[in-house]
Amino acid sequence: MRIGLDIGSTTIKCVVLDDQNHFIYQSYERHFSQIIESCGELLAKIRSRFPDQQEAYLAISGSAGIGIAERTGIPFVQEVYAARMCVNRLLPGTDVVIELGGEDAKILFLTNGLEVRMNGSCAGGTGAFIDQMASLLNVTPEELDTLAKQKEKIYTIASRCGVFAKTDIQPLLNQGARKPDIAASIYSAVVSQTIAGLAQGREIKGNIVYLGGPLTFSSSLRESFDEALHTKGVCPENSLYYVAIGAAFCADQPIDLAKASASIAHYQAKGNFSYRPPLFASEAEYQAFLKRHSQCAVAREDLASYNGKAYVGIDAGSTTVKAVVMGENGALLHEVYLPNSGNPVPLIRTFLTELYEKKPDIDICASAVTGYGEELIRSAFCADYGIVETVAHFTAAKSFLPDVEFVIDIGGQDIKCFKIHNGAIDNIFLNEACSSGCGSFLQTFANALHYSPEEFSKLGLLAKKPVDLGSRCTVFMNSSVKQAQKDGASIEDISAGLSLAVVKNALYKVIRASSPGELGKKIVVQGGTFLNDAVLRAFEQEIGTEVIRPDISGLMGAYGAALYARQKAAPGQKSAILDAKALAEFTHEIRVVTCGLCNNHCRLTVNTFQDGRKFIGGNRCERPVTKAASSDDRNLYAYKRAKLSSYKDTDGSRGVIGIPMGLNMYELFPFWYTFFTKLSFGVRRSPISSRALYVNGQQTIPSDTVCYPAKLMHGHVQALVDEGIDTIFYPCMSYNFDEHLGDNHYNCPVVAYYPEVIGANMASLQGKTLIKDYVGIHRKKDFPIKMHAILSNYFSGITLDEVRKAAACAYAEYDAYLADIRQKGEEMIAQARKENRQIIVLSGRPYHVDPEINHGIDKLITSFGATVISEDVLSAHMKKTKRNVLNQWTYHARLYAAADYVSTQPDMELVQLVSFGCGVDAITTDEVRDILERNGKIYTQIKIDEISNLGAVTIRLRSLFAAIGR
Amino acid sequence: MAKLIYDKTGRLLFTKEMKREYTLLFPMMAPIHFTILGNVFRHFGYHPELLTTTGPEIAQTGLKYVHNDTCYPAILVIGQLIHALQSGKYDLDKVALMITQTGGGCRASNYIYLLRKALKKAGLEKIPVISVNLSGMEKNPGFKLTLPIIRRAVGAIVYGDALMLLKNQTKPYEVNAGQTDALVDHWTDYLVKKLNKGEGCSKKEIRETLRKIVADFVNVPVCRTPKVKVGVVGEIYVKYASLGNNNLEDFLASQDCEVNLPGILSFALFKVDNRLEDIKLYGGSKIKFMVVNKLMRYCESLESILIECIKEAPQFVPPSYYQHTKSLVKGVIGYGDKMGEGWLLTAEMLELVEMGYENIVCTQPFGCLPNHICGKGMIRKIREIDDRANIVAIDYDAGATRVNQENRIKLMLAVAKEKLSNKEDTCGV
Repeated sequence: MRIGLDIGSTTIKCVVLDDQNHFIYQSYERHFSQIIESCGELLAKIRSRFPDQQEAYLAISGSAGIGIAERTGIPFVQEVYAARMCVNRLLPGTDVVIELGGEDAKILFLTNGLEVRMNGSCAGGTGAFIDQMASLLNVTPEELDTLAKQKEKIYTIASRCGVFAKTDIQPLLNQGARKPDIAASIYSAVVSQTIAGLAQGREIKGNIVYLGGPLTFSSSLRESFDEALHTKGVCPENSLYYVAIGAAFCADQPIDLAKASASIAHYQAKGNFSYRPPLFASEAEYQAFLKRHSQCAVAREDLASYNGKAYVGIDAGSTTVKAVVMGENGALLHEVYLPNSGNPVPLIRTFLTELYEKKPDIDICASAVTGYGEELIRSAFCADYGIVETVAHFTAAKSFLPDVEFVIDIGGQDIKCFKIHNGAIDNIFLNEACSSGCGSFLQTFANALHYSPEEFSKLGLLAKKPVDLGSRCTVFMNSSVKQAQKDGASIEDISAGLSLAVVKNALYKVIRASSPGELGKKIVVQGGTFLNDAVLRAFEQEIGTEVIRPDISGLMGAYGAALYARQKAAPGQKSAILDAKALAEFTHEIRVVTCGLCNNHCRLTVNTFQDGRKFIGGNRCERPVTKAASSDDRNLYAYKRAKLSSYKDTDGSRGVIGIPMGLNMYELFPFWYTFFTKLSFGVRRSPISSRALYVNGQQTIPSDTVCYPAKLMHGHVQALVDEGIDTIFYPCMSYNFDEHLGDNHYNCPVVAYYPEVIGANMASLQGKTLIKDYVGIHRKKDFPIKMHAILSNYFSGITLDEVRKAAACAYAEYDAYLADIRQKGEEMIAQARKENRQIIVLSGRPYHVDPEINHGIDKLITSFGATVISEDVLSAHMKKTKRNVLNQWTYHARLYAAADYVSTQPDMELVQLVSFGCGVDAITTDEVRDILERNGKIYTQIKIDEISNLGAVTIRLRSLFAAIGR
Repeated sequence: MAKLIYDKTGRLLFTKEMKREYTLLFPMMAPIHFTILGNVFRHFGYHPELLTTTGPEIAQTGLKYVHNDTCYPAILVIGQLIHALQSGKYDLDKVALMITQTGGGCRASNYIYLLRKALKKAGLEKIPVISVNLSGMEKNPGFKLTLPIIRRAVGAIVYGDALMLLKNQTKPYEVNAGQTDALVDHWTDYLVKKLNKGEGCSKKEIRETLRKIVADFVNVPVCRTPKVKVGVVGEIYVKYASLGNNNLEDFLASQDCEVNLPGILSFALFKVDNRLEDIKLYGGSKIKFMVVNKLMRYCESLESILIECIKEAPQFVPPSYYQHTKSLVKGVIGYGDKMGEGWLLTAEMLELVEMGYENIVCTQPFGCLPNHICGKGMIRKIREIDDRANIVAIDYDAGATRVNQENRIKLMLAVAKEKLSNKEDTCGV
């Protein structure tokens, strides 16, 4: 008899084979992290079923099985290897295996050179991700599968990690996108993540086999893979058990089952995980804590008996909808706190209907809406005001602590915090990319362990040894938790550890504080997550200060909105919010269209209400709404794009050179265009970036954590190849031009050497010429000589003299191009000043001009009425100055110089664009922030990736405008 | 406490007075090398102290004071230094920090600035920081990287490479457990004493000493049953530092592997050679070329001694000559790729495959920019050239867990073990 156990991150799979390798037993169950117990029970079951089998060939496999195997002496088989063994035996002739598990994703290439790939430290695109997304949509994974079958269109959703996807999905939901489309988009994101993350340049073709839970249970997911791979894969019988079967096949030692059971039962975890002091040393300490916090309560009055003016505040948040009715003196009359199951509109409708039923004669003077769904709710119900979340929270916090210095709000999926300086919001920290989702993570984890969130967090209050999980993105925390469990941490310890981790994330990843003094003494904490006593305690412990938690901690956004409405309302005003009659007739229809007014091709959701009123969501600029003319004349990014496209494709007697339009080519294109046309080459540039262009090159990306601008290069080169261009010029460049702003003039390693990656990973370049030699344009005198030698390797008959002349023209053109941009920038600044417009210096790298990279942020800013210029306009005015960092990259030196310049201009603000995965920006962002804050300016950073939703960006920008009083 | 003197830009200088009375703390990377290397400075009147601290507090301290998106080595190196300063073990008025700075286009050149920022955050800005570099950055009156120091430092690296290699090729097979380590300790102590006296770094002494060392290792009784041979390459810190790679070497040893870490000398040669390649690619001063070339030749002459001495014992696989390693990447990746480990990383993978260490762990900090290119970016090409290559790329950072890393390495090892047993079968036929 052979037994294979596959202990995965969420389930245990077991198979028993008889001596002829026939299945005689199999089981598949969730272990809810009780691995030892589940394992012991399973073996006991097998023993009672086959009582006369003393011994069996037994092996353990699976990511959560290592520990138990190590300490019980039962042989361990790596799970991918086990899957391979099984496929080789049961399905000979298979070329590729795709296996998705709870937290793992794997691709096995079996033929033409064995290769096995599995996901690294990122759990995006796995079963856990799908479960998370399903719960976000408030459906079961099975329902998600069914939903996806009714899809009409696919949205772009980032699946790198669940957090990204949430930021993509939530706005879609809030804008009213159809659930089936979102369901299908989730699967498509998983497919795209698997292909991009794991195929790494290797084509997936031939006989394909799908294994693992998600692929077994979801036919929609299989169809998505089939579609993307242009093939039809097979999901074999027993597809859940392949790893277990493989382990059974690999088992090479007979094991005494009684002994194995005993050693599992005696398996004592090490208990040497690192831990922190307990949250509360005693029950008494906890009670004192509760008493202190219970003092901070808002006044309440009875709605039914209330007589007077009322104000409505609504916070349509990402995972919950909150609404309050407030009396004239600020007392709370009525409140609701509901999970946002995707579409906030019906929730608010119910809230209002019930309100009118309870109090038909209510006198609502004004109403305000805040949160992700602000615009939709505001237009659906004709609320009077919209207010950015940060301002709403600040307004509410002030009512509890008038001289509040710091407000921190940890909500379902985001952390918002800000400092208050001179009575205005000064410094906003929103969680970027990978650390968001903190509150909902606690919830997901509680659910996974079969606890309600409340129960789960209570467990940790008196835990003796809270696990030290560090400060890290919550997705990664999952595996830290696994490790702690392996080391013997109890559920209590883990619960407390997770509360600590959420706090540490907020403090050290988002705020990046190094001492409690940095936050000030007067701190208000709020947001649903702080209702959790364990989190609150962990926060006070970590910063060493007692803080204020209002009893309406979860309602602060809505309460702030109500306060704001009261503040805004004119005497005698009556709110325009739909009354009981209008509400009864209320209807809401959603249509999805693609805007064709510019290259961003926004997916618009058009919401139509009963009286024909419309609300359009998903737009980046005002054009589809107002039909106004473009505001490109105050957008230097748009000017740069237009200027670059004025270099038209040409033909030449020496043949055509293709140039991929990405990374540093965004600035050097005029140089190389002139250089090659002067040498009588034709020049073709790759098309403007788009999602489709990216997907077309996606399969060949070897490193999934490189920045999006670099990843796009694969698509650009592929586009040139598809156009039939035989010679592509994309040189390596360690050095950029020396603009005398820094200590050196390097390119970043990715910009410098990405051509090497293209050359080594794009099979479609076979038979084509990729000129990726190392060139040094920074040495003007040497350049023609060196370049002549390079060109001579590829072309005959080009003389050094020709190259010299072409180079001279190229340098001149480059200078002229930059001069033109700078002059145009100056004109825009002058015009803005004439029109009294705010000037936003949107700073990044030259390639951030690419609309697929900046996702239309430039247009979003102009839609607020501001003028957008770029950092290079200002840096030209500056001289080299000492920095607190090694100032050695040309593009980055411009950032510091621009920050210096902005610091001296009252009507300019700097907004820095940062690509996710840009290691260099870990350094530049700190320095730019430092320069600006030293000079009393607000620093605003926007992280960009494949994600194309601008919700968080809008909050930042609106808060910025609110803070500077525009 | 010495008088604090600042330069024009406001940088706190390390003065001659400090040289006399200050302890110079420096962070751990490769234990054998750094133990010997520190003592080079002792002979010249400095008081270096290598930090051998470990544990999760180091990363925690780093995360507290360094931007969390910065590369993991910066977090650990700075964490280790600040952790030491905060330990209470040192008189803060009599301690300075020493850190290397390469000056390349990688963000690693910024460690020293990040360290200063971190010191400021921690209220330790009175602690002087010394940049150890060959590019003439950040001069200090009390610290100078003189030619005699450089010469001895190169010698120390040669010794370190030799001991590391001999250890790695002996320990997995030793009959009497612990014997190899004892021998490494013995020779490390010997070299420390020698270097403290300023001896042991002439070519003649190096050759003689290396011969003795090799002879000693030859005499360790071994049983050379075939084991999976694993090469480790990657970003230099996580490659060598057990703190950075979750004790990778120990883990591989526990999985019954023989490990090969290409030496530090080739990295030093690479950094010197880069200056020559720059001039070749983009033009530049002929005089500079000649001077650098001379240093290059000197280092290469020591490399020859190292390789020759090890070759004398046929049971050991000597390192490849730098020039040979370099030739392996011709047409694979350009010699202009010099940031971080640059083309050398790709070359080392090819070299390891050639030497029979075809199973490779390619280590890098999460989000390491140069390794996107020369590490992960080249794996496909390496397999195209030699399909024996069995490479796994592992990311290290504070959030990545050991379970996941080890599981991925185990996958690579499972394939390796299968190949090993196939090989045994062929031997049997």
